[in-house]
Amino acid sequence: MIEKALYGSKKYWIWVLFLVALLGVCFHFYLLQLKDGLTITGMSRNVSWGLYIAQFTYLVGVAASAVMLVIPYYLHHYKAFARMMILGEFMAIAAVTMCMLFIFVDLGQPMRVMNVLLYPQLHSVMFWDMTVLSGYLILNILIGWNTLEAERKNAPPPSWIKPLIYLSVVWAISIHTVTAFLYAGLPGRPYWLSAIMAARFLAGAFCSGPALLLLLVFFVQRFVQYRVGDEAIKALSKIVAYAMSVNVFFLLLEIFTAFYSRIPDDMNAFRYLFVGLDGHTTLVPAMWVSVGLSIVSLAILVPPQLRDNRRLLTMALIALVIATWIDKGFSLIAAGFVPNPFDRVTVYLPTFPEIMIALGVYTIGLLILTILWKVAISVKEKTTA
Amino acid sequence: MDIDKRQFLKIVGVSSALWIGSRLAGGLSSVFGIKDRFDKRALADAGYEVSKMLPDPKELKARQWAMAIDIRQFKTPDDYTRCIGVCDKIHNIPDIPTKQDIKWIWEEPYNAAFPEQHNQYMEAALENKSVLLLCNQCEFPPCVRVCPTGATFKRPDGIVMMDYHRCIGCRYCMAACPYGSRSFNFRDPRPYIKKIDPDYPTRTRGVVEKCDFCAERLDQGLMPACVDASKGAMIFGDLRDQNSAIRKVLSTNFSIRRKPELGTQPNVFYIL
Repeated sequence: MIEKALYGSKKYWIWVLFLVALLGVCFHFYLLQLKDGLTITGMSRNVSWGLYIAQFTYLVGVAASAVMLVIPYYLHHYKAFARMMILGEFMAIAAVTMCMLFIFVDLGQPMRVMNVLLYPQLHSVMFWDMTVLSGYLILNILIGWNTLEAERKNAPPPSWIKPLIYLSVVWAISIHTVTAFLYAGLPGRPYWLSAIMAARFLAGAFCSGPALLLLLVFFVQRFVQYRVGDEAIKALSKIVAYAMSVNVFFLLLEIFTAFYSRIPDDMNAFRYLFVGLDGHTTLVPAMWVSVGLSIVSLAILVPPQLRDNRRLLTMALIALVIATWIDKGFSLIAAGFVPNPFDRVTVYLPTFPEIMIALGVYTIGLLILTILWKVAISVKEKTTA
Repeated sequence: MDIDKRQFLKIVGVSSALWIGSRLAGGLSSVFGIKDRFDKRALADAGYEVSKMLPDPKELKARQWAMAIDIRQFKTPDDYTRCIGVCDKIHNIPDIPTKQDIKWIWEEPYNAAFPEQHNQYMEAALENKSVLLLCNQCEFPPCVRVCPTGATFKRPDGIVMMDYHRCIGCRYCMAACPYGSRSFNFRDPRPYIKKIDPDYPTRTRGVVEKCDFCAERLDQGLMPACVDASKGAMIFGDLRDQNSAIRKVLSTNFSIRRKPELGTQPNVFYIL
């Protein structure tokens, strides 16, 4: 089946070659990091995690969001998602792979990564995160590949795949819950020490993941005959609208608890993000952009008349992806370390090499996504033609 | 050689089962003391100097090491730099003048060390005073709880140690430590060490490090270097021994600890 990725149009090959070339450029910066160490990043003693870990967090959400297709399709037999399922599952594979790579590029001693398996520490959330992420990757490869293969052969999927699909529903929730536990269980970081963290992560995932999926589908549909169907798009954008509303609601809950209680520890990180703390206002403009884009996206997504307009929907989804990315793919990590244990602010901004390495990981993800979607769409076009 | 899929899977299955089995057997035998026994005679026969491998008879032991820092006795800048300087020197701590610096023991103003204790109207002398900070060697260390490889671990005598050869540099311990006591080697530290002391290992790029209560000196029957340098302003001893010097000083003086509300049970006490 993989051979489908070897036959493509000129545009397909230009795109693949472009990604490979970009990857080559980015890899050069990773070599620089291997040589000099993480000193080439903007991270510091006080802000010891940055862009890499933030991307990891964001992409775990994207990976988990496949469950927003799996539940309606497999649990409620909502057939409109039939032509979308495989794209969601394959996007999850690309996203989980990027998650693992982002952890990898963040390590100070990457060649020792296997120590996590050689000396497993059952009390470490990071051990469990690695376990659930690997499991989720395997589940999605098994489910995605086998259902597609069955479809190609015009046969029903093997019966052993059913239990795995049900397992993948619980598993998807678990990957983002465990990822939230990485942060929510740390005693000295008030911004993260919140019971609602996992719920907020899931809400953010279930809007940003499907939004990204829809945008990618819109993009790819410009080049292929394959159509996922209007009903699927409408249903998924409705899911995005609900999830985004819940996501914003959860954020407001956090803000209420912090600012009504007036406990400085709980307010400080929010102050740093939205008005600045001790004169440090670096992230303030980005945060208000995020607020503005969230409002725009909700204003379009909630009324059905606007949401069902494809052009407006596209704008809303772009706004939503940027807004949630600023919130979860950047400020969540940077602000978790502010103020530090000495009540001081250390500003973190990624460096150019750091951004290039992150871009490199995204390029690998895009390459995997391109190949998998090429296979999937080729098979689908043949079977439905 | 031709092998089909079934044979291949069989070979992979059997060899991984053997590998897991041997690891399990190794683990069990070390639990029952079969492997890893320290055979002095065999080692001596093989020409090793066994006395060098045995614990030093002068070794200091405790059930829970702890430290009290009497900040009243820190008066001149030299009182601080003496303690910091000796630690930096004997532990090969690099001097990296950026935000990616390495610190084992350092000075902070009282307000920064105890932010929740600060108030606008407090005694000026205390407000402006510097306090020495180091790893608290918590009884319930969050860094140990989160470490995915066991590279940071707690010894039976309460010291929270680092294995620089196992650390993968994920920096989860730095996010978990509520005291900012951990530093990461963002770059190779060696060019930044003024004079390398061959008696103590230098660290490599990409691992986390911190104060370990001079575990290497305790093994030789010596007090931690900062305690020796402090001329009595730092008191070190066994918290579980009610006749120890530290218990005496804690029972007769007012002391506080950093962020006690987090339940980590720090083992560094500050006498005001």
